[in-house]
Amino acid sequence: MLNISGLHYRHGRRLILDNIDLQVGAGEIVCLVGPNGAGKSTLLKCINRINRVMPSQHARMTLAGDNLQDMSRRNLARAIAYVPQHTGPAMSLRVADMIALGRAPHRTWNSGERDRHIVLDAIERLKLQELALRPYDELSGGERQRVLLARALVQQGRLLLLDEPTSDLDLHHQLEAMTAAREIADTQGSGVLIAIHDLALAARFADRLVMLREGRVVAQGHWREVLTPQHIEAVYGVSVRIGSDGDIPYVIPLRMP
Amino acid sequence: MNNTLLVQALKHHQRRNALAMIAGVALLIAAMALAGSLGAQKFGMATSLRALFAPLLPAAWLSDIPAWQIALLQQLRLPRIVMAVVAGAGLALAGVAMQGITRNPLVSPYTVGISPAAAFGASLAILSGATGVAGAWSGLYLTVAAAFASAVLCATLVLAFSALRGVSATMLVLGGVGLTYLFSALTASVQFVATEQQLAAIVQWTFGSLNGSTWNEVAVAGGVLLLGAPLLQWHAWALNAFAAGGDDIAASLGFAVGRVRTVVTVVAVMITAAVVSFTGVIGFVGLVAPHIARLLIGGDHRWLLPFSAIVGALLVLLSDMAGRLLFAPVIIPVGIVVAYVGVPLFLHLLLSSRHKAGL
Repeated sequence: MLNISGLHYRHGRRLILDNIDLQVGAGEIVCLVGPNGAGKSTLLKCINRINRVMPSQHARMTLAGDNLQDMSRRNLARAIAYVPQHTGPAMSLRVADMIALGRAPHRTWNSGERDRHIVLDAIERLKLQELALRPYDELSGGERQRVLLARALVQQGRLLLLDEPTSDLDLHHQLEAMTAAREIADTQGSGVLIAIHDLALAARFADRLVMLREGRVVAQGHWREVLTPQHIEAVYGVSVRIGSDGDIPYVIPLRMP
Repeated sequence: MNNTLLVQALKHHQRRNALAMIAGVALLIAAMALAGSLGAQKFGMATSLRALFAPLLPAAWLSDIPAWQIALLQQLRLPRIVMAVVAGAGLALAGVAMQGITRNPLVSPYTVGISPAAAFGASLAILSGATGVAGAWSGLYLTVAAAFASAVLCATLVLAFSALRGVSATMLVLGGVGLTYLFSALTASVQFVATEQQLAAIVQWTFGSLNGSTWNEVAVAGGVLLLGAPLLQWHAWALNAFAAGGDDIAASLGFAVGRVRTVVTVVAVMITAAVVSFTGVIGFVGLVAPHIARLLIGGDHRWLLPFSAIVGALLVLLSDMAGRLLFAPVIIPVGIVVAYVGVPLFLHLLLSSRHKAGL
């Protein structure tokens, strides 16, 4: 579905992404892992065209066959939903208004009733009924994350991009956010691409992992192929022990060599 | 809470907003009638209300009012009242639009430099002796034209500056702050070299006043407002998206960030320039009316835009009424009174709802 080949991205003179090849299938969760500054967030923003990728002969980014570079902003927003890492205050917007914004790219003069239904469904699915009329600014981190996921849900994109959806959350809310992502992949058949730091959580939910270092793909595939002590030492400069409980891995950092 | 209850709660919320809006309009009309009835010559509220809507009413409804009363109301008192409404609504709309687009609650038409620029243009016209040379009336229009030209020049500078390296909200705000200081310094320089009479005229202008408003002025400022307001309303969803998460989020929700920002900024600037060129600097309304409206009705721009306009109009109208009546026959400029009326109201609302406001 999402198909990227030969993607380069420069910021000023610095090369941030270097020849990225990446695929995300329908209903698949792919997690991007790697140290700070590896280019995970930048990659998400390039796919979403928040970062402007200069057209090059080699780079190709397609979603279900459509070239992402040629799509209009509105069509892009219909196809790709994006949940950013941090959103500051929302200037007194209420939760329901915040979620309804996800319908903005689909809105037409007579779509009001249908849009309302979709928003109500999302509010119910992410258990936000009690919060629907509260100002977004009053919510806790976990609640905010759920609201942003609901907004992405009503956007009904074929691809969902999540930037560090668990970074500020406690264990319970981490699990909740990732479960919601899994549900969206399963029920809507959307492809989900997640930039995430927590290796164990990534491995627990992802169909595939992609490990980045300094803008390059170091390894990708099933977690057993990606989360090896060799890869992690090369990428993070940390020696670790990796074990597993059935198909769920755990990663224990040991020391900096 | 199940879904039916939620639907009911959302409907209730919508009804509450609609009621607040209707109440606001009713209050505004009542305040306009009251402002018309009070002054050196007193009239009944009914007389004032009918004179206000005289062009829309059948002649028979007005037959019991003496012609001189209608003339006095329509030629002297009403232009001032309508100008107060236009100025308040316009400045509040410009404020809410600028705050939304920059996602910054401290922004107002004043802070992006437009009002100081208008003040500079006006003071330059006064210094060049426009009023003395060409007679009072054409001199007045020259002052207005210079204020408007200077305000538009400032807005062009803000936009050009922020466009230099990609239009960003922070640059818009910082560029505006820089220009505010520049134009304040320019005005101060003009004041420094001005004669005593010119200095008095300049200071008088910067107070912000509705003295001597005419229907022609109302037509120009009101015309710009009537053109601009629907354009801003059209962008209500986009403003919500900007308020929700800034440029990246607005883009990811399908809005053409650069175009929306340019359109909204240009409209806000034109409305502000059209108002302050006639009234002088009324600084506080554009900042505070949107906040009062937000505290009362929430941050959804579909409601917030019109409601801010109502709050702004009420604020300026009531302030001008107070300034006109409290120490009559001395008239205190509305630009001064508006802070005395607005600040206590604002602080009261802020303190009584600090848990809800998230400020």
